[in-house]
Amino acid sequence: MDKHITTPITAEVTKDLKSGDYVYITGTIYVARDAAHKRMIEALDRGEGLPIDIKDATIYYMGPSPAREGRPIGSAGPTTASRMDKYAPTLLNLGEKAMIGKGKRTKEVIDAIIRNQAVYFAAIGGAGALLSKCITSSEIVCYEDLGAEAIRKIEVKDFPVIVVVDSEGNNLYETAIREFCEE
Amino acid sequence: MIRTVQTEQIIENIKEMCIEANHYLSSDMDKAMKTAVETEKSELGKKILNQLQDNLKIADEEMIPICQDTGMAVIFLEVGQDVHFEGIAIEDAINEGVRRGYTEGFLRKSVVGDPLIRENTKDNTPAVIHYSIVPGDKVKITLAPKGFGSENMSRVFMLKPADGMEGVKNAILTAVKDAGPNACPPMVVGVGVGGTFEKCALLAKQALTRPVDEHSDVPYVKEMEIEMLERINKLGIGPGGLGGTTTALAVNINTYPTHIAGLPVAINICCHVNRHVVREL
Repeated sequence: MDKHITTPITAEVTKDLKSGDYVYITGTIYVARDAAHKRMIEALDRGEGLPIDIKDATIYYMGPSPAREGRPIGSAGPTTASRMDKYAPTLLNLGEKAMIGKGKRTKEVIDAIIRNQAVYFAAIGGAGALLSKCITSSEIVCYEDLGAEAIRKIEVKDFPVIVVVDSEGNNLYETAIREFCEE
Repeated sequence: MIRTVQTEQIIENIKEMCIEANHYLSSDMDKAMKTAVETEKSELGKKILNQLQDNLKIADEEMIPICQDTGMAVIFLEVGQDVHFEGIAIEDAINEGVRRGYTEGFLRKSVVGDPLIRENTKDNTPAVIHYSIVPGDKVKITLAPKGFGSENMSRVFMLKPADGMEGVKNAILTAVKDAGPNACPPMVVGVGVGGTFEKCALLAKQALTRPVDEHSDVPYVKEMEIEMLERINKLGIGPGGLGGTTTALAVNINTYPTHIAGLPVAINICCHVNRHVVREL
């Protein structure tokens, strides 16, 4: 089913999202990948706060290519989510509600999704040029020294994603493959 | 007769090739992706393949890289034995070409200088370079920038000779199943069989640079390529790993003699962009 949602993606929103839904997101989302996640968790371990407002936040696992002049961002497709699996449950427990990436998640992450009424979306891997057209602005929030891995805040308009793991733990990667598997 | 090649020419060509590979699909891949739109049975799969067509069009027309992971530059340099290089050291020339390509072409710098300290080198160098010396007076450059979503899902298996053909086929299916949605399917599967531990990995990488619309010259290998593509496409993984009949666009298998005691197999998985550009100087 096609759905249009706006951020913040709260528990009210996630409860209506079902595995397999095609969703267009509009609003503000954060961008972070491996190195930024590692630093956020290290900050928490030291007893410090997070550099972003994590409550009802959406984090897009992405590291863009540099923007050409006059454009908000370069190519901007999803990176493999499993590399964030080590860090995701902690952020979900702190209020993160939605993750956008590509690829499988661990049981620990899926359990944390269910526990926190969150959602895991997939964006289309390798469609970085197309997805960049749905990003209207981009600013670096922190960790600028990480280059492409800095944390960004971006504005998106009708950003296309697919619900892979919904708040009940249904997993499209498992169900959709079964439908077409003949081997 | 010795022919002199200026290393400045190597720099300029590699720079252009980095930009070309990251913005335009090679003609063999383009054909395979267009065919996939027609043959895909899943509705969502078809929608994704159509969006990938749109993505390619935007990349081409607006000079936005096809994928934000513009890869680590892998270069195969085949040097004719009658070539003499004039200018800076050849390795420095290759890296200078990569540096200029990634900087001037607005490509992402994805290389860290040390695998554990992990500080970005900020110019995407160094490249991974494979040299070979061949007859003649030409220099052939193959550039294949490799993204790591798919690279991370690649595998090496040291099989026993008794595992035979079935063992090789199972190894391929295992790697593809494990890769699933992580490798940005529809994927291209490069397979190396034989040689030693490192040789089979290199064969697999080279297999990815072979056109996807051509088969091996070895009849049994060609049969295996066809059979494995069919079987992979029956796994159900589909475009984006979200179900469907197009999981792979091609299976390219390269072989090499090996030891009486071994059967090394490497599976190098690549995404649906499978960047490869070839130039001869």
